[in-house]
Order: sequence, then structure tokens, then C-alpha cells
Amino acid sequence: MAGHGPAADWGEDKASGYKARLGIYLFIVYCVVYAAFVALNTFSPKMMGMIVFSGLNLAVVYGMGLIILAIIMGVIYNHKCTKAEDLMNK
Amino acid sequence: MIYDASIFAVIIFVMFVIAVLGISKYFASKTKSSAGYYAAGGQIHWAVNGIAFAGDYLSAASFLGICGMIAFFGYDGFLYSIGYLAGWVVALFVVAEPLKKAGKYTFTDALDNRFNSKAIQLMAAISTLIVSVCYLIPQMVGAGALITPLLGMPHYVGVILVGGIVIFIVATAGMASTTYVQFIKGGLLIFFSTILTISLFVNGYKLMPDENYHEFITLSVASENGQVTSVDGYTIASQNSDLGVVKLEKDGVQTWWQLQDEGKTLIEAPSVVVLENGDELYNGAPKEDRKFYQVGHMSKIIVDGKEVEETGALGPFEFLETITNSEVILFKKNVFHDGADKVTLWKHTPTKGERIMRPGLKFHLDENSTGWDKTNFISLMLALFLGTSALPHILIRYYTVPSPKDARKSTIVAIASIGFFYVLTLFMGLGAMTHGVLDLGSSNMSAPLLAKFFGIFLFSCISAIAFATVLGTVSGLIVAASGAVAHDLISNFGGVNLSDAGQVKAGKISAVVVGLIAIVLGILFKGMNVSFLVGLAFAVAASANLPAIMMVIFWKKTSAIGVATSIFVGMTTALAIILTSPSMYAQYGLDPATAPSPLGQPGIISIPLAFLTLIVFSLLFPSKDAKPMPN
Repeated sequence: MAGHGPAADWGEDKASGYKARLGIYLFIVYCVVYAAFVALNTFSPKMMGMIVFSGLNLAVVYGMGLIILAIIMGVIYNHKCTKAEDLMNK
Repeated sequence: MIYDASIFAVIIFVMFVIAVLGISKYFASKTKSSAGYYAAGGQIHWAVNGIAFAGDYLSAASFLGICGMIAFFGYDGFLYSIGYLAGWVVALFVVAEPLKKAGKYTFTDALDNRFNSKAIQLMAAISTLIVSVCYLIPQMVGAGALITPLLGMPHYVGVILVGGIVIFIVATAGMASTTYVQFIKGGLLIFFSTILTISLFVNGYKLMPDENYHEFITLSVASENGQVTSVDGYTIASQNSDLGVVKLEKDGVQTWWQLQDEGKTLIEAPSVVVLENGDELYNGAPKEDRKFYQVGHMSKIIVDGKEVEETGALGPFEFLETITNSEVILFKKNVFHDGADKVTLWKHTPTKGERIMRPGLKFHLDENSTGWDKTNFISLMLALFLGTSALPHILIRYYTVPSPKDARKSTIVAIASIGFFYVLTLFMGLGAMTHGVLDLGSSNMSAPLLAKFFGIFLFSCISAIAFATVLGTVSGLIVAASGAVAHDLISNFGGVNLSDAGQVKAGKISAVVVGLIAIVLGILFKGMNVSFLVGLAFAVAASANLPAIMMVIFWKKTSAIGVATSIFVGMTTALAIILTSPSMYAQYGLDPATAPSPLGQPGIISIPLAFLTLIVFSLLFPSKDAKPMPN
């Protein structure tokens, strides 16, 4: 039982290239949005106090938006990956 | 602050502990193999694993630390929530499936998959141990903080209790029981936090949080040249004009007061004084006299441009909008010496809601901030973003599901549930700030004490779940650490050919040793904010592990020497910066100004350095027989 390596041989996943590319694209998009958020907090903290929506300031809207964006992007990613797996691994 | 134990709270707590132990015993009877012990047999359903991920991740840092930080510093605490959640994006899009495909029990398996290198096995196992211990400290500190109000016992009893129970859980059934404990606890934590948040919305804001809230006494004073000269009924014992505080004496009791209204009046200020002989006085009296009251209130509530006494029920947006437009009394901590006495005094600081709801109260980011302040903040946010997918106890959860597809789906369940919880932290933290529940001596207790505001039932459930949170997270960390010792170090690196039962036994012995170390550290680090401590664990994980994980997956020229040196450089640089930082110097009892490192957060230096090291050493020492990553 000693040794390492995968617990199982999963077989070839023909969709893995597509999934990896999609993952990287989405990761880059999120990185940019997150980096802009950190930059605004760091260099323009007062701007984050600007009211932008329904009495809420930019800090709250952007921060909550980042959380919601992660969930939405996760669902889209899973949907696309599942679809690609079904099509390419038939 | 002294807390009274509630019989009801004790009953709920004991029921939780019995349930947790029962689950462990049940799975112990089923767990005979190493696959069962380290990876729950790889047969956990993705939805269960997703909530268990949330259970693992929503540790004491999230529930106790973040809520506490928001309660004391407003929006800055919420930045931790945002950073922690954003880290899951890296886990989902970059790490989840490749790691599942390449590994078996531990993340070292996945890192070493292409190389079969002793250097990687050694460095990754050491890194797992160090990150796990860094992460264990705040969990144990949180356990101690919780047990005090729940059972009325001292901090160290809580730490020993958690350590003992967790050692039992892990040493009996390993990952299977840990997973189901995390699943139940993760679900209950989110459920009861939702109930608590809804209770806040129904209650709204009130100037006087409740009828038992402490009414601060104010006194008129006579003063001359900025010095208080007389106060009716009191004798002036001393004063500190730099801070604008005065020590008054009446009937042999000395209390501290704060000047306000341009020196015309004094208001009583909460204080803890450590006398020369080591005795502590809380608001001038011994702790047993219970003079150290809870605080947290609003000085102005503005609704539709008008000042009101209370708001009535509010919706989520209105809850945030109202506090943004209103004014809150924050209690700002000051530490100074009065003769031989060490005084910690909290000054009433009226603060506009607009200021609370944007960054800058904890992190120094405004005009007078330095370049180091800004660098520290960026470094923290970088570590939170990159740390999640480098935490060993999170990564091993990818091996408990049947397939890479399940790993991906369980990550999405985790993101949704964790994201929802983090939205709630903002409401719970602001609620604690304004509902007269804060214990100025421990920010970690803000959320459970807010629950107590709404009744002993909610408090008992929330506290018991928070305690189970610590139990579950510590269990996961100890499984990860014991896997590093028994599977990675003894079996793979040491080449000791253990039988399957031998591997399980080695894991259990390792779990007991790591658990005992965690107990000692949990007692030593009492009083530090748990979210701050977890932030440091993230920084070490992101520096040591993430560059190696990403490059092994994406760069074909990555070599075994490159991976091993990258882990070593990332880990040692991060630790060196942390251990020589101002905040750690304060923890050692030294002057923070003399700390060699101006940075408290190492990520901005240690993460790029680890990437660079990996690239340089991989080019200098290529691995000729490296395999490609599994497709």
C-alpha cells in the first residue's frame, strides 16, 4: 500500500484540454476583477465610500459582487465542463 | 469578562460532543484500510463533500475571527471574507481536477506524481506539517475563547477539551468521521447563522441596544490649561493629557475616565489595569466583581435623513444603508503606563457609518499611510487569494470523492455555501458592533455573544456549532498532518515498507503527537485574533505550496529540484518575515518598532520568490525522466 500516485486510472479525458483552457480564462477574468478591487481599496479607499446602489457604497457592492461573481462563474464553468465531457468522451 | 455557564448551553454542547463521538465510533468500526483512514475510501458523494469543504473552511477564523474583526473595525474585517472566498476560484478553475487526477491520499502525492523524488516528498511533507500547525494554533485559540462563555471554564480547559476530543476522533476513524462531522457542522453553521442574521433584521437598530445595557456616567469638570483641576465627589489620582484620560478615585476605587466636549466633561472609559504585583483590575475592581461590562452602541440612527431612537424591522439593504448613514461609538484600544501599572483603556470614538463601511479602520490605507502599510495590505489580499488552494487539509478533501468530476462539483457546492456564509458575516459583525454585546477583551467572542442577545437557545446552538467547527477543522488538519508524517515521510520518503494496517497505526500515533503540540500552542497564543493568525497560515501555504502546485500542473519544464527548492524557499521566507514582523514582536513582549521586518504579511515577497526559485532551479537542474501530468 506504500507509494504514491493516483488512486485510480481515470482513463483518457478528451475534454481535459478544453476544461483547462476554460479554467485559465475564467481564472484570469476573476484575477483582473479581484486585482482592481484590491487596487481601489489600497489607493482610493475614499472612493469605496461612494454610494452606488440602493444606499450601498462601492465597497459593499464590489465586495459582495466578487462573492456572487465567484458563484456564478463556478456554475457556468461546471455547466460548460459537463457539456464538454458528455460530448467529447462519448 | 466573567461568563456564567448556562445549564441549557451545557446540555446542547454535551449533546453535540456525544453526537460527534458517536459518528467517530461508528466510522471507526468501518475504517480498517489506509484508503479508508486517509481518504474515506474515496466514496463520499460530491454534495456531501462540498458541504464538508465548507465545514473544513468555515473554521474558527471565519465565524469567530471575521465576525469579531467586523464588529471592532467594520468593513476591513469583511475584506477577509472576500479574500477567503476568492481563493476558491483558484481551487476550482486551476487546481481541483488536476490534483484529483494526480494524487492518492495527500497533496504530496500529486506534486510528486511526475517525478517520484525524495526531495519533493520530504519538502512537501514538512510544508504540510508547518502549514497545518500554523492553522491549528488559531483553531485552538478559538476553542479556548468559546469554552469560557459556554461552560464558564478557563481558556486552557477549552483548548485541552478540544485537543482531547479531536485526538479521539482522528485516532479512531480518520477522514471518514471527519468528513461527516464537517458535513453536519457546516450545514448547521450556515443554517443557524442565517437564523441569527434574520433575527438581526427583525430587531433592527436601537440607540439603547437593550434595557440592561450599561449607561455610561458623565461628569462635569473644572480644568485649566488642558489639565483637569477638580471633579465633584472624586479625587484626581493621575491624568494623561496626551491621551486625554484621567484617573479618578472614590471610596478607595480608582477608575479611568475620558475627556470629551473640549475638556468640559468626563465619560467613564472601560479599562483593564495590570498592577505591579500582577493583579488585574477591571474598571477598578477585581474580575470577580463583574464591573467589566459589554459595550457596542450607536450614537445616532439616521433613517430617511431624520434621527430616530430605533428603526424597527429592516431588510438586508436597509440594514446596511442605515448604518452607513448613522454614527456608531467604537471603542478604540490604548495601552500606556501609569507609574508601574500597565493600563489598557478603550476610548469612546464616535465614528460615522460611512467611515465604518469602507476600508481603513484596521488597515492603514488613508492619506497618512506609508508605502509599507499599503504593501502589507496588498500582501495579505494576495495570500488570501492564493492560500486556499494550497492548504493541505483542503486539498486532501479532493481524494474523498470518487472522480475528478465529483471533485469539481463538490468545489462548486463549497463556493456557493461558503459565499453565502461570508455575506452573512457582514451582517453578524455589524450586528455585534451595535447591539451592546462586545467583550472588549476578546474580539473572537462577538458572534456567539450576539447570539446570546437573541436568547440562550440560539446562543447555545451557535456556540455548540462553533465548538464543533473547531473540532471538525482541527480533525481535518490533524488528518493532513498525520498523513504527511505516516504516508509521506515514513512510508514514501523513509522507504519503510509498512503494511496497510501499519500505515493506519502510524497515522494514528502521528495524530496524537500533532494533537498534543496543538494543545500547547493553543494555550500559548491565547488572546490573538484568530482570523489574523489564519491569515498568516494562508501566507505560508500560498508561499510554500501554490507555486509548486501551479507549475507542476502547467509548466512542462518543471523539475523535481525546482519544486523542492521552491517549497523550501517559499516556506522559509514566509516564516522568516512573519517571525520578525512587528505583530509577532508585540506577541513576544518586545517593542514592535524594533522588529527587523517592516512587513507583517510576507506573501508579496515570498510567493514571487518561490515562483522564481522554481523556474531558475528547474532550468538549471532539469528532470529528464519526468512524466506528464495525468490527462
